[in-house]
Amino acid sequence: MSFFSYAWDWVTQSANWHGPGSIPQQFLAHIGYSVLPLLIAALIGIPAGVAIGHTGRGSVAAVNVANSWRAIPTLGLLTLLVVYLGFSFVTWLLPLVVLAIPPILVNAYEGVAGVDPEVRDAAKGAGMTSWQEVTRVEVPIALPLIMVGLRTAAIFVVATATIAAYIGLGGLGRFIFDGLASYQYGPVAGGALLVAILAVFVLGFFAVLTRLVVPAGLRKQGKTE
Amino acid sequence: MLTRRAATGGIAAVAAVALAAVAACSSSSSSSSSSAASSPSASSSSSSSNPLSQGGASGTVVVGSANFPENELLAEIYIQALQAKGIKVTPKLNIGSREVYYPQIQKGTISIIPEYNGTLLTVAVDPTSTAKTTTAVDAALAAKLPSTLEVLNPASATDSDSVTVTQATAAKDHLKSIADLKPYAASMVFGGPPEFKTRSDGLAGLKANYGLTFKGFDPLDESGPITLAALTDGKVQAADVFTTTPQIISDKLVTLADPKFNFSAQNIIPLVYKPAMNSTITDTLNAISAKLTTAALLQMDAAVILQHANYSSTAGAWLKAEGLT
Repeated sequence: MSFFSYAWDWVTQSANWHGPGSIPQQFLAHIGYSVLPLLIAALIGIPAGVAIGHTGRGSVAAVNVANSWRAIPTLGLLTLLVVYLGFSFVTWLLPLVVLAIPPILVNAYEGVAGVDPEVRDAAKGAGMTSWQEVTRVEVPIALPLIMVGLRTAAIFVVATATIAAYIGLGGLGRFIFDGLASYQYGPVAGGALLVAILAVFVLGFFAVLTRLVVPAGLRKQGKTE
Repeated sequence: MLTRRAATGGIAAVAAVALAAVAACSSSSSSSSSSAASSPSASSSSSSSNPLSQGGASGTVVVGSANFPENELLAEIYIQALQAKGIKVTPKLNIGSREVYYPQIQKGTISIIPEYNGTLLTVAVDPTSTAKTTTAVDAALAAKLPSTLEVLNPASATDSDSVTVTQATAAKDHLKSIADLKPYAASMVFGGPPEFKTRSDGLAGLKANYGLTFKGFDPLDESGPITLAALTDGKVQAADVFTTTPQIISDKLVTLADPKFNFSAQNIIPLVYKPAMNSTITDTLNAISAKLTTAALLQMDAAVILQHANYSSTAGAWLKAEGLT
């Protein structure tokens, strides 16, 4: 049997769709474990990236730190936090926030830093304050890249939120960890398939969202990303 | 059991290299021991009881160990005790998992390895066995081991799954045995590896043997940092912790006795290649088993794992204290 036949057999068993710990419950739990870290990472990453892009100050340090930050092993950080913090919600939240910040920050920075200097000059010439320049000119122009950063981070988080199950929480990782522990390939393959499907949903969601928020004149730029 | 998990590809590759070394060294050691046998100054063997013994009984034995700290420590204990009795020993520590070393001891490229009777039986010798108690497991081993192999006397020390609670919980509820949990289980969350939920010696076994039904079950890890943190944090009130996990000392935990053998016996036992044995060797190893308790092993595990003490001095100090060297 192939991966897909294992996964399909397991996903289509009606017993797996009802009761506590069923697929719909863990699917929702997984989305729950993904949304909050993404929001927090966006609240940190976008302002930081925009500020660095706008001022140009600390850009080398910030981008390098953000990029090397990506090397932090999420599972290792999770285990470390369990040992030192116990089982508070910070324990699963922080590793996912740490995972999501770099792509958001780096893309926001690149988006704003890449704004054409002539456009900035024009904004200044039109009498805009620095704040107006950022919010009315630079961020809208950077939006396609900011959305790319958010989308990348969302895919990372959705795929990695499976580790919540490592410390006894729910989500789609529950199927993977429990299946591995009891040598049942069905839930392992099925859980992985569901995570992949969720990631595809996330891509679709961001395609729609980008279309809604990016100004019409910039969409062409967004598509080339 | 620390040894339950199969080796990963990487470990297997390393182990394969180690085995090549074992094979190479054993061929050289057998030649050296045959020359030793012809020499009058050959190291003492109090008897020549086994006429089939070739190289081994005349002096040199190969003591192996699996690739985790406790097993290396046990091998170190065997090595030093044998050397004190004048036996020539070639150490081959950190070989790999059972899948790797078991075929080697069957062939005699390793002569002695510290084993755990329960997993030795169900993993390597007879997967269908349902023997649980130390006596039953040892009897099954004696009946089923290949003719070249035997196990000597088991130690009282075990490294098995257990039901473990914090000292505070144990004191509050006067817990000594798993049976004592009866009035409290309904208000306790149990923590263990995910498969504990379905394993026959898991929740089902605790219910069948002791009538325990817990309030809930948290899937954690195999007696690792997550389980220990959950227990000390109060996220779970009882957990499956291996009986020689050194954090039992540092985290102030209490392992509850398992008089009904819900978890099968995992006594430390020397697995030996028969043709390499003589009575000095077997007497020495049996003397170690007679003295080795879980508490002593736990202390030594804590020393080498948590305090990074030297294996050989830890082993040597225990042997000296027990009058074995």
